[in-house]
Amino acid sequence: MNAPNASGWQPEMGNAEAGTSPTASGDRALMLEEALIFELREPGTTGVDIDQPAAPPLAGLARFLRQDIAALPGLSEPETVRHYTRLSRQNYAIDLGPFPLGSCTMKHNPRLNEKVARMAGFADLHPLVPQQAAGGAFEVINELAHWLITLTGMHGVAMTPKAGAHGELCGVLCIKAALAARGDTRNVMLVPESAHGTNPATAAFAGFTIENIPATAEGRVDLAALMARLGPDVAGVMITNPNTCGLFERDMKTISDAVHAAGGYVYCDGANFNAIVGKVRPGDLGIDAMHINLHKTFSTPHGGGGPGSGPVVLSEALAPYGPLPFTARQADGTVLLIEEQDAAAEHPHSFGRMAAFHGQMGMFTRALAYILSHGADGLARVAEDAVLNANYVLRSLDGDLDAPFGGSGPCMHEALFSDVGLADGFSTLDLAKGLIDEGFHPMTVYFPLVVHGAMLVEPTETESKAGLDRFIASLRSLAQRAKAGDESLKSAPHFAPRRRLDETQAARKPVLVWKGDAAA
Amino acid sequence: MRYLPLTPAERTDMLGVIGANTVDDLFVDVPAEARLSGPIADLPMHASEMAVERHMAALAGKNLAASQVPFFLGAGAYRHHVPASVDHLIQRGEFLTAYTPYQPEIAQGTLQMLFEFQTQVARLLGTEIANASMYDGSTACWEAVAMAGRVTKRSRAVLCSGLHPHYVSTVRTMARFTGDVIEWAAPRLEAAADEVGVIAAIDDQTSCVVVQYPDILGRIPDLAAIAEAAHAHGALLVAVVTEPVALGLIEAPGNLGADIVVGEGQSIGVGLQFGGPYLGLFGCREKFVRQMPGRLCGETVDAEGKRGFVLTLSTREQHIRREKATSNICTNAGLCALAFSVHMTLLGGEGLSRLARLSHARAQQTAARLARVPGVPGVRVLNDVYVNEFAVVLPKDARDVVRQLADNRILGGVSLGRLYPDAPDLANGLLICTSEMTTDAEIEALGQALEGVLA
Repeated sequence: MNAPNASGWQPEMGNAEAGTSPTASGDRALMLEEALIFELREPGTTGVDIDQPAAPPLAGLARFLRQDIAALPGLSEPETVRHYTRLSRQNYAIDLGPFPLGSCTMKHNPRLNEKVARMAGFADLHPLVPQQAAGGAFEVINELAHWLITLTGMHGVAMTPKAGAHGELCGVLCIKAALAARGDTRNVMLVPESAHGTNPATAAFAGFTIENIPATAEGRVDLAALMARLGPDVAGVMITNPNTCGLFERDMKTISDAVHAAGGYVYCDGANFNAIVGKVRPGDLGIDAMHINLHKTFSTPHGGGGPGSGPVVLSEALAPYGPLPFTARQADGTVLLIEEQDAAAEHPHSFGRMAAFHGQMGMFTRALAYILSHGADGLARVAEDAVLNANYVLRSLDGDLDAPFGGSGPCMHEALFSDVGLADGFSTLDLAKGLIDEGFHPMTVYFPLVVHGAMLVEPTETESKAGLDRFIASLRSLAQRAKAGDESLKSAPHFAPRRRLDETQAARKPVLVWKGDAAA
Repeated sequence: MRYLPLTPAERTDMLGVIGANTVDDLFVDVPAEARLSGPIADLPMHASEMAVERHMAALAGKNLAASQVPFFLGAGAYRHHVPASVDHLIQRGEFLTAYTPYQPEIAQGTLQMLFEFQTQVARLLGTEIANASMYDGSTACWEAVAMAGRVTKRSRAVLCSGLHPHYVSTVRTMARFTGDVIEWAAPRLEAAADEVGVIAAIDDQTSCVVVQYPDILGRIPDLAAIAEAAHAHGALLVAVVTEPVALGLIEAPGNLGADIVVGEGQSIGVGLQFGGPYLGLFGCREKFVRQMPGRLCGETVDAEGKRGFVLTLSTREQHIRREKATSNICTNAGLCALAFSVHMTLLGGEGLSRLARLSHARAQQTAARLARVPGVPGVRVLNDVYVNEFAVVLPKDARDVVRQLADNRILGGVSLGRLYPDAPDLANGLLICTSEMTTDAEIEALGQALEGVLA
């Protein structure tokens, strides 16, 4: 049962069984190639039935009229459905198997969420209807805000940021506004070297000078180095907790207290909140601002790269500066949504608006459905199973792969390995591409930067034990092949819709749009 | 707990492999004083699928959906018919539950779709290239201002008065922190767009002029004239399109001299969704590609010479460049880009042109009906030209009128007082928007209701 390779095929048998004889179509059974839409049809057709109106355009429009109709083909519905269905089959997805990208929290996306988001009262609601026509929408925002504030032990929440990096920007702008309000010009942001790239990019965008803080040999922030750097020029620190090495920053409260004592603020990158939701509240650790990726912890779909949603919870010190519209806890415990027309009275210190309208409402409905499904008890179980699954992977494989911080105690929601011990000439990339042939999506590779050839595995709580066992068996087999110097691994993947792609050529002479009709 | 597959027996087995007694032992690094011993108080416990569905349906039922009543709202969010196949295709798990295509060998579906999307967007906007999308139109607008600053090495941006006020606020917020200087004045209730004012504000320190097309009042500025003036001063023209369907009828900004064209792509395929998630469109001249924000998909070949697609030019991006990146953006709006692209694939240029003409015809019909609404001093249609959105001037505060219309179950437009709470001279303005979905009966219902409210 659950044999990972029931056929008994071995890599050294080569590629013949995959079939090397060409087909006339270029397709191979269920391996289907697909042309670009521009190659399927010429412009001039449409797949939508729209009558031409009887009335001509306004006479005054004559000088503005488009000279040529945009040169885009219109495909019939059957052609369109087939095109995208064929394309879809060239994608790996959570629905097909484990997707253990560290820091990305690729958990199952419940279909109830999709159903809820499509209810007409949400999906077909205009953002500028008079407030009397959107009572239910404001209740969704308030209810979700209440959960986020309560789960994190914070004071207020900015719901509008569009994604995690946008949330980071919200948080550092709050810090900037709070400093400005007290006439303080300090401008150094401390960022651990293991941080996500968005952290320094965000702080730099907001005008801060970035200084890196090293990590210790056990994979945590170097407390002594951080303490030594604190001073009157330090605006704050951006820390990821649990961190990108998969470890909880044990000294978080000590760090927060010291940063506060030195007059700075603490930003927490909440990308990894899934490991601790319901187990510990960031507010109890002295955090001033933290974004929450609804598309990670709260299961809204990643959609091939978005849309995300990144609400930011804020401490009492930073909440007054949060963007509009804003959601804050009132004295009586209720949560109130404040828009521009009430801002002068209710939220006068706001740093302003970050985007049009009210935020990613379609993600709020999905996240709320997920949160209500799990409840307070289920969310704690989410964190427990996520951490359990990651530790199971770590301990099942730490004899096969180097686990640089395996001795630092249990990991949180992700297991980190390095390329130490692979045969000369074999790399993390080879293991990743080998996993593709095994039918899995690779883990995050070469991140965090503090580990050589890093492999960051985040299974999430929605993987079954049987699924994990299959993944572990495959990764173990690949590690053994890489240690034994199995050359076939270097040209993996062999069985994917494409072999390794030439990224250098793509960047040297970028072809970003189709120009196949340019000669015509 | 229906989303958690582990059984109690499996958890015990796994703890044995790990060498821990309890799951709580795995949280040993969390300081004991901060660790929660049980579920957080005052929050509900888990609920069945049926119970959650009921709860959410009750909340949805408190809202007035566009499909329920006569509907005339626009102002940055547009209601067009979305073919059923669009929503079906974006719900395919291979698209819905995939991540950013970092492993191109098993993400060609998403990557080819993005390459097609970039081509569709570039051809729609009239630009040489386009990226794989931004969060939404308002954030794309700010990114365009920031990019123009990088290209020109200047930091003074002139915004036209007809730029959507939420976009203005977004740009101003960001500029406060970057030190950019932003020039902007509220629009006036005049039939002409403000080319003259915009052109007069351009000087040799100006990085870019940002012009919405059509503008917030539905007027159509003369982009070619503004482009000429901007270029004469070494500044860029950034055109902003909040209703891309309009480009089925009026000339594409890139064909009129715009250097960067950004837009809100929501009106094609995405749906209203109370303001998000939406879809930022971003196109520009090819020579600026290395200053562009956001993800780019490019064509290449694989080891066997087969055509394939990858994310490219990532040396601009945060995960490589960190604090030196062109933007901190990480996510794009992938699934919304797919919805846009599928709808655009069905429409083609031909279908888009018909869609725009039909939406425009409905607007003409509505304007004609409203011009017949009696009142003292009467309803005045402001615009000489428009595509599918125009402004009317009412004899009283439009905020009150909109509320009264909603009491009569008519969503009768967006009041300018809602958009410009600090501009009393705009308070009587009302934005009216139509599309191919607007019916004769809706137009008549709006006309009669306005007659009643204004009587």
